[in-house]
Amino acid sequence: MMLLSIDLGLVIEKLVLIVVVISASLVIAMYTTFAERKVAAILQDRRGPNRAGPFGLLQPLADGLKLFFKEEIIPAFSSKFLFIMGPALAMLTAMMTSAVIPWGDKVELFGRHISLQITDVNVGVLYVFGVVSLGVYGIMIGSWASNNKFSLLGGLRAASQIISYELAMGISMIALLMVTGTLSLKEMVVQQQVGHWNIINQPLGFLIFLVCAFAECNRTPFDLPEAENELIGGYHTEYSSMKLGFYLFAEYINMFISSVIMATLFFGGYDMPFVNESLLSPNVAALIGVAALMAKVSCFIFLFMWVRWTIPRFRYDQLMHLGWRILIPLALFNMLLTGGVILYFHK
Amino acid sequence: MQALTNKAKQVSRKPMSFMEKMYLPAIFKGMMITFMHIFKKKPTINYPEKKRPFSPVFRGMQILNRDEEGRENCTACGLCAVACPAEAITMEAAERQTGEENLYKEEKYAAKYEINMLRCIFCGLCEEACPKDAIYLSETFTPADYQRKQFIYGKNDLLIPHPKENPEAYKKALGNRANKEMVN
Repeated sequence: MMLLSIDLGLVIEKLVLIVVVISASLVIAMYTTFAERKVAAILQDRRGPNRAGPFGLLQPLADGLKLFFKEEIIPAFSSKFLFIMGPALAMLTAMMTSAVIPWGDKVELFGRHISLQITDVNVGVLYVFGVVSLGVYGIMIGSWASNNKFSLLGGLRAASQIISYELAMGISMIALLMVTGTLSLKEMVVQQQVGHWNIINQPLGFLIFLVCAFAECNRTPFDLPEAENELIGGYHTEYSSMKLGFYLFAEYINMFISSVIMATLFFGGYDMPFVNESLLSPNVAALIGVAALMAKVSCFIFLFMWVRWTIPRFRYDQLMHLGWRILIPLALFNMLLTGGVILYFHK
Repeated sequence: MQALTNKAKQVSRKPMSFMEKMYLPAIFKGMMITFMHIFKKKPTINYPEKKRPFSPVFRGMQILNRDEEGRENCTACGLCAVACPAEAITMEAAERQTGEENLYKEEKYAAKYEINMLRCIFCGLCEEACPKDAIYLSETFTPADYQRKQFIYGKNDLLIPHPKENPEAYKKALGNRANKEMVN
């Protein structure tokens, strides 16, 4: 009976928003693969894909089509259910985070105020962390189910790496939460719109968060789980066809989502600098907001790629050394410093 | 220890300073280097749209030459076949019949002339050996193919286009290489 009392318009509105956000992140991830190839090429004085369509813009479609048409091999000694579940889980957790991200301010459509956020959970940050740490299960289950030593090694590396870096990430987050005093992502953005961006309060926290985000996304220099020259392909050695595509794709969605989160937490989310949104009509302001967020995200995605084609991979002991003996003490120090400053100014 | 050459460099094993241990300055330096590569000129040429000009000494696929009236120069003397270090050339001679004066320049001509392009090493000795200006290495590639037997090129594949019926194709096939020889 409770269901009937829910406004039907709200359900439709949220459904549309979910479809738009999910498909947009898929398309963006698709074109991120294209951008990755282009950026890699440009940084290496090459041209990159430029044959499929104008400027090679149809390249991601061709890549996707190729993956669909490839022969699909499920190893005979693998655990079949888990083998299929691995990439599905990786994709699912990659997409789930987008639910709490505020993509823009309210829009007015058909006389309704529609918030461009699927759900404003008051523990949004915790939700993001929960889902991100679930992400490793996709990799672990897939690598274990492959029944292959190299896959398993890749999975183990991924698991220990993500656990190690999540700690530092969480602690650097706590310092930020102490400043903002809220766990809701929407509220954080509103605070930054009124005041200044969090990066000014938390430069060290941002640096730690950034390094950890690279590690969580398995991006170079922390791409040990799929170190080709040591582990063949790492956790996805046994995967082929679109299952492999899902793993690769999930990595790009993760990259997109973590860029969005970094932009939201530290760079004002959908806040356009030097523009007073309250003076504009709400729809225009929302559009500018979405555009501003996407611009920030593209900068972060470029940073991800730029770093990938600059810095070589860590050795595993160096990775663990950086995570446990440098980043965690640094994050703790940052937390202590933030606490001290807050205490001093709020006496 | 006595070094064998003066190129040896002593490896520095001194412990890293604090700045070096932070890694970040070095990372930024490296990232600036890669960033500057965005503005560098790309050496790649978009091949099918744009072609790199051949060098004047380029030796490509052979052509069998004709004179200005379109008569075949080759007299099937076999000097090219003898000169060929890869033994890629074979030919069969035939006598010119009356009424064929517009086809062949001299009384003897090559009824069959074959070059095995898989054997050919494009050395150009056939061109040097030819006393009749009949064979040149042009400025085209030998195109790829699926079967080995397709690479045995006969007269159809090798003969230059007719200078009167198709003067433009003739000029293009002749290329700069033949011109250079003619000037000398």
